[in-house]
Amino acid sequence: MSDVTLHPSAEHAAEPHGHGHHHPFLQHHFEDMGQQHEASTLGMWFFVAQEILFFGGIFCAYFIYRSMYPEAWAAGSKLQHWQVGAANTIVLIGSSLTMALAVWGAQGARRKFTTLMLVLTLILGGIFVGVKGYEYAEHIHHGQFPGSMFTFVHPDNPQLSNGIELFMTFYFTMTGLHALHMVIGAGLLLYFIRRAWRGDFGPEYYSPIEIMGLYWHFVDIVWIFLFPLLYLV
Amino acid sequence: MAHQPDHETYTGHSAPHHQAPLGMYFAVFAALMILTVLTVWVSRIDLGHGMNTLVAMSIAIVKALVVILWFMHVIHSPRLTWIVVISSFLWLAVMFVLFYSDYLTRAWNIY
Repeated sequence: MSDVTLHPSAEHAAEPHGHGHHHPFLQHHFEDMGQQHEASTLGMWFFVAQEILFFGGIFCAYFIYRSMYPEAWAAGSKLQHWQVGAANTIVLIGSSLTMALAVWGAQGARRKFTTLMLVLTLILGGIFVGVKGYEYAEHIHHGQFPGSMFTFVHPDNPQLSNGIELFMTFYFTMTGLHALHMVIGAGLLLYFIRRAWRGDFGPEYYSPIEIMGLYWHFVDIVWIFLFPLLYLV
Repeated sequence: MAHQPDHETYTGHSAPHHQAPLGMYFAVFAALMILTVLTVWVSRIDLGHGMNTLVAMSIAIVKALVVILWFMHVIHSPRLTWIVVISSFLWLAVMFVLFYSDYLTRAWNIY
């Protein structure tokens, strides 16, 4: 293990650029494409690690307030249409499948297949965010957006209304941050669709698609936890 | 200082990784779909006493593991990647434990 993984070995240091042919996408500070790939994915995993802690903090707060106001959480969850959430879960996991297939395509230099899979990922991600927007509009229409716009009163138990507002605060914060990640991911996808179509990727160089996949799958994992916690309490 | 590359962690040279068979991705997708149906189905049964949340989170953790190992290729990643992945969840666990060792032991509220 040690530092060997990230540094050129001594035998190759003697001939810094002595290789017969360089891959056009090999950065000069890496020894070869394999090392570059490992460094790239490792760096992305460090980013994902801090994302896990970022969302983890919000999940912590969610569970603490849920244990304080369990009835309000159950009532707030009933305001969600679980069928819509379940359908969106299928759409998002489907987009993870097409993302994984795009990586597979890039590994095999299947230019059109990779591009198609990235476009499908973008479309499925767009459907997800679109459905989310529809849900948001419904909540806002029914006075369920926290703050001064919150006019919702629980019909059976008005005393729960304050707790439900707190639940909806978590709902909008968690799904909003998740949707923001989706929108950023969509922007990245647009960039990689262009590069995939141009034919940049192949068995020696597919790290950007792999890393795009790591990001996209992470966002999928966040939703895997959000769905039961917000729709199925 | 003459290091030899550790071939167990860094295989280097040309093709960075082996390519998983296409069918694996569809199998993973099918498993995730089954677990999603299970999540919805089990939420409609009252298991009582917070058990529903426990079961829902257990299924979600299994789903996350499936995504991490196969979609995110950790299962075929070098050990250094495993260390980063595992330690990130270790820090997450530390955060949860410290949060709850505070909140769940406060005498002044409903616990």
